[in-house]
Amino acid sequence: MAKEIVIISGKGGTGKTSITASFAVLEKDKAVIADCDVDAADMHLLMKPDFAKSEDFYSGELAVINQEACIKCGKCADVCRFDAIPFTDSKYVVDDLSCEGCGYCARVCPTDAITNISQNVGEWYISDIKTGSKMVHAKLAIGADNSGKLVAQVKNEAKRIAEEGSYDFIIVDGSPGVGCPVVSSLSGANYVVLVTEPTVSGLHDLKRVYELVHKFNLKAGCIINKYDLNEDMTSKIKDFLEKENINHLADVPYRKEFIEAITNGQTIVEYDKGELKEIITNTWNKLKNIIN
Amino acid sequence: MKIAIASGKGGTGKTTLSTNLASYLSEKNKVVLVDLDVEEPNSGLFIKGNLIYEEEKFKMIPKWVQETCTLCGNCQKVCNFHAVIQLGTMILVFPELCHSCYACSELCPTGSLPMTSKKMGDLKEYKKDNLSFIESKLVIGEEQAVPLIHQTMKYVDEKFGNDAIKIFDSPPGTSCPVIEATKDADFVLLVTEPTPFGLHDLKLAIETMKELKKDFGVIINKSGIGNNNVEAYCNEEHIPVIAKIPNSRKIAELYSSGSLLYNEIKEVKKELIKIEDFILRLKETK
Repeated sequence: MAKEIVIISGKGGTGKTSITASFAVLEKDKAVIADCDVDAADMHLLMKPDFAKSEDFYSGELAVINQEACIKCGKCADVCRFDAIPFTDSKYVVDDLSCEGCGYCARVCPTDAITNISQNVGEWYISDIKTGSKMVHAKLAIGADNSGKLVAQVKNEAKRIAEEGSYDFIIVDGSPGVGCPVVSSLSGANYVVLVTEPTVSGLHDLKRVYELVHKFNLKAGCIINKYDLNEDMTSKIKDFLEKENINHLADVPYRKEFIEAITNGQTIVEYDKGELKEIITNTWNKLKNIIN
Repeated sequence: MKIAIASGKGGTGKTTLSTNLASYLSEKNKVVLVDLDVEEPNSGLFIKGNLIYEEEKFKMIPKWVQETCTLCGNCQKVCNFHAVIQLGTMILVFPELCHSCYACSELCPTGSLPMTSKKMGDLKEYKKDNLSFIESKLVIGEEQAVPLIHQTMKYVDEKFGNDAIKIFDSPPGTSCPVIEATKDADFVLLVTEPTPFGLHDLKLAIETMKELKKDFGVIINKSGIGNNNVEAYCNEEHIPVIAKIPNSRKIAELYSSGSLLYNEIKEVKKELIKIEDFILRLKETK
């Protein structure tokens, strides 16, 4: 069965997607890719997907008031805990962005003037990508709730593809933060890679997101990107890794080639011919040894 | 005056801008900085003030009272989030799925699901001269950021008047937490970096702000890396580029150790002055 590797960072901008995309290129057609950073998905900029299959994603509901049936009793607004039904221009209207779709208003409306409609919160895709493999990715609609469910959808599709084909790995680009999308990204992972940077924010966010990883009892390793930016902070991160029994996978130096690669629409291992490429390649091999 | 600082992509410099701008503006103005990135709040690593207030923040969840429950199943039926489940002769509540809508509790014919409080985070207020700093942090394992953001905004609204400049460091992305953090703002500063990732996510953020009918402008951080496409896009779309904060290893090093930048790096101060002018002009029109 394909092993699932989830790459997360807590903090944004640590180089998570660049490194994930490099792993995808190194593993070629033996790894299915899942971009679970559905809120601001960027993997497709490096993987050249063809968007061969796309499907709408529905999740959650939204209340709609039929003004002709409404007798303006205000019961709906009274029970709404999200202040989503203001009385404006002498009528009750649902504020789409505040409505959480709990349906309480419809249940107390004496004239059945309120209906709940299911919401299209985005699209997901299965694509052929330039590595000769497949990628599952998604685009979340603006302001949509339930990105955790869309993440789960993306992951389940990637798993299905991996089971049907002969794949060794599912490589997952996870979501930022510590909330519901990350929890969804982590579920079912065989191994978690934490990408961090030696900054006060990097260390702070690493500790918080690791607390979550630990809660799920998952094995983890860490890549310190831009390690030479602040060697003192790097050694603090290493102390933390040692204390928590997290594999120290690699130190990646601060180099302009890292950004130049993205600017050229390429992964580091395609663009760089020197030390960055070597380090990332060794890291991937090391990671595979640990997992197998 | 409420200014939200947001970005589609994470790690573009929201916190760098929020903390430096708030600290700089507080030299002459009353400023409130609020960290609404409750999943990973970082502003507090750069602002060293005195802790003057703290409180625990709670969300309300139903608690099953077995003695009075008739197992009618209404609670399960009315919960749209599958947070209340009837299993045989038991009612199970899943707090992390609960949106605190009160439907199950208030529609229970025997009052067997009273709402009780569950801790979801901590709010802290710090003070440093003219600068007040509010930070909320989500408890690990708690999945929903929106209720904590909402309560934090409410705290700020009740405590501070309109004379202060309020700066909201928002969460990344374009989904519900960002909407919650920016929907009351008078103006939104979108921070981006001049790379393909930065541009792609900036476009998503712009789409979000248009949907919210917000006035917004762009700040380019790490100016000098990548390419010119972000600026070209903004010019084409007639979106103001208010400032360009340069990229340098020195800046990255200062940031890495938790230092503010503008006293050390005059190019950063110059850009903050541009943003200050912009905000003060804006303040006159509001």
